[in-house]
Amino acid sequence: MATVKDFRNKVKPNWCPGCGDFSIQAAIQRAAANVGLEPHELALITGIGCSGRISGYINAYGFHGVHGRVLPLAQGVKMANRDLTVVASGGDGDGFAIGMGHTIHSIRRNIDMTYIVMDNQIYGLTKGQTSPRSDAGFKTKSTPDGSIEASLNAMETALTAGATFVAQSFSSDLKELTSLIEQGMNHNGFSLINVFSPCVTFNKVNTYDWFKENLTKLSDVEDYDHTDRNKAMQTLMEHNGLVTGLIYHDEETPSYQDKIPGYKSTPLSDDNLELDREKFERLASEFM
Amino acid sequence: MIDQLSWKVGGQQGEGIESTGEIFSVALNRLGYYLYGYRQFSSRIKGGHTNNKIRVSTKQINAISDDLDILVAFDQETIDVNYQELRSGGVVIADAKCKPTIPDDGKASLYDVPFTEIAKELGTPLMKNMVAVGASSAILGISADHYQEVVEEIFLKKGEAVVEKNMEAIRKGAAYFSQQAGGQLDDFLLNEADGKKRMFMIGNDAIGLGAIAAGSRFMAAYPITPASEIMEYLIKKFPDFGGTVIQTEDEIAAANMAIGSNYAGVRAFTASAGPGLSLMTEAIGLSGMTETPMVIVDTQRGGPSTGLPTKQEQSDMMAILYGTHGEIPKIVITPSTVQEAFYDTITAFNMAEEYQCPVILLTDLALSLGKQTVEPLNYEKIQIRRGKLEKEPNLPEQAPEEYFERYAAAEDGISTRLLPGMENGIFHVTGVEHDNTGKPSEKPENRQRQMDKRLRKTETVPYRFDEPIYTNDPYEEPDLLVVGINSTRGAIQEAISRLDEDGFNVNHAHIRLLHPFPTEELEERLHRAKKTVVIENNATGQLASIIRLNTGVKVESILKYDGNPFLPAEIYSKCKELL
Repeated sequence: MATVKDFRNKVKPNWCPGCGDFSIQAAIQRAAANVGLEPHELALITGIGCSGRISGYINAYGFHGVHGRVLPLAQGVKMANRDLTVVASGGDGDGFAIGMGHTIHSIRRNIDMTYIVMDNQIYGLTKGQTSPRSDAGFKTKSTPDGSIEASLNAMETALTAGATFVAQSFSSDLKELTSLIEQGMNHNGFSLINVFSPCVTFNKVNTYDWFKENLTKLSDVEDYDHTDRNKAMQTLMEHNGLVTGLIYHDEETPSYQDKIPGYKSTPLSDDNLELDREKFERLASEFM
Repeated sequence: MIDQLSWKVGGQQGEGIESTGEIFSVALNRLGYYLYGYRQFSSRIKGGHTNNKIRVSTKQINAISDDLDILVAFDQETIDVNYQELRSGGVVIADAKCKPTIPDDGKASLYDVPFTEIAKELGTPLMKNMVAVGASSAILGISADHYQEVVEEIFLKKGEAVVEKNMEAIRKGAAYFSQQAGGQLDDFLLNEADGKKRMFMIGNDAIGLGAIAAGSRFMAAYPITPASEIMEYLIKKFPDFGGTVIQTEDEIAAANMAIGSNYAGVRAFTASAGPGLSLMTEAIGLSGMTETPMVIVDTQRGGPSTGLPTKQEQSDMMAILYGTHGEIPKIVITPSTVQEAFYDTITAFNMAEEYQCPVILLTDLALSLGKQTVEPLNYEKIQIRRGKLEKEPNLPEQAPEEYFERYAAAEDGISTRLLPGMENGIFHVTGVEHDNTGKPSEKPENRQRQMDKRLRKTETVPYRFDEPIYTNDPYEEPDLLVVGINSTRGAIQEAISRLDEDGFNVNHAHIRLLHPFPTEELEERLHRAKKTVVIENNATGQLASIIRLNTGVKVESILKYDGNPFLPAEIYSKCKELL
């Protein structure tokens, strides 16, 4: 039985002191141990930016891909070996700007994996430009007069795309975050977890204190029911998306891999690739 | 009695032109004839002139013919567009419904057969193509009975009555034509074929079949002309092997999914055409940098931009070789026949794993969609080679801070590869420069070492690839060496045999491995020839540039970029000007 220690590889992250990503790293490590994974059973596929570097900071199989393409890469891994627990992670730019198309379609496709967005509402590694999650009026190097675009309502977008698991958390709330990642890993389908992860260097608006003041826990919302999509949508709108907890969970819909006709229940990567003569002759004869 | 002829059916897209050609040719294939079929179509679903040209022969053929013996027309436009292609003494068989006329030049004769009317009498005008098939088989002297099997395969699911109706349409078409022609036309009577069973398939089918033979289990692709048939074939076949195809949201997703699957141990691939390949470039770079195997099929079509989506061109070569930013190892294989497309697909998957890099299987529209008779594929030649992949490694206990050295130094530059999920085998992969363990590193000496390691890997490819250049060089010092790539092979061969008849000594070299370029092998042939000409379907002579880049030898070019394949006669006359 692996413990949280087994998921620590002693690589020193290059994140700034105080970065929210440290807590997300800790939460993934704890969740992996809590659901009973061994390090070699976890594949951590990541995007680009500060957040993408996490693939090398956790003792697990890690693949740090290219900008915005983490989800196709991660889905490919899961298609090849369905026994792996696949966790994808990347920043808000990665997931909601350059990778938005993949995000929407991954949600629709519903392959069993967990996607953790480390959302700091800014581009950090490129030294502070606006992100699709930046609030209107937000001043950055690329929007010196304040952003004139609407901020993307990520959680509402996920719901309308047909998500089967949507959650949101705050990096400071390690207990809640760990629990949501565990639930995401256990959910048979695509789990989207957006995590507010403050960038202490470039985002001077959405700070730890700001979040503490503005976030509402869904557990405090009266009669909240995470199986009710309408209620989820309504609550998100009422709180301008600033809620944390399990927003929506559909346990009925089977995952993509469970629906594929003829698809193997064992990992395709275990297959013997030799094609026997009789099968080959039969395929060839179809062209005669 | 003749040994070969050319037949073309044309009409409006959507009125069964393709199936007319299909039924006509499949029956001939089963009689043992060799065939070469090429479709002309437009980028629209219905309407617009389309045609399907089929060359029938008692011997192997690999190109469309210069002219046409028989034109079957469903409308006047088909006659107007294709009449010039008819040889002197040719025949037009047209639907009487369109009141067909042909020019008054005495070149050809016209038979108007009431395709639609006969079909209507039998119950549905849709069967007019069967009537046309009947008329066509009558002129070739092929009995309508030979169509029974094909018709059953297509229509039996709709019931015996439908089969019978279609057979009747064929017989009526044949009878009507024979009556109108007053018996057999000797000029069009085909000699009997050998009756051998051979495969008849398009290049894309061969690639799909090759992928299965290579042990591929997963494909991620986005529909595009002229590549879609590959995914369509595998969507039907992969379930029998436990695998599947995902139709992705775009080509970027397709390429990255294929990388993810290969990383996790499945031979996954994607297929697209120029526009899709342009989108995939970054992913190809990722595959090269992370030394993750990957196979990408590029079925070239008319570019640039959306270009000529349904027409022939060979203009992606430079983009494929140099499109990725930075410098990576890659292998580019260029089949020139449908048969090679099958074997090369298997080679592509093998080399992707042996060299741990992207392999691009570069074809063109004429090869991907051209339908050819293929001699039986040899099961014995199918080999799976997975290179330095350790399927059951015996790994020592691994502490949490230890990484397996996935990028360990190796003399040939190729390191041992493990798969995620293996106990004690944890390693890291990243598209940024990295050290032996896959951890990011910017150290200059490490950078130098890793770049050298990656780029050194593919040096042996030209020596390990089976026939990097297809050659036919009977002459020690030929007057002319003709070089081509992909689908032009058949047309070049026919042109050369005519030049031979004229007394010229001409050699042929067809590039089968474009990268790493088989420089040595081509160089000595270039030096032996008095003159070299490169035949290619593009405007800038890309292959000629690549040859010059690698060998320093300046060559002549014959280019064609109007969207149509080369005809043997075009190559023949242009080569003759050079001689």
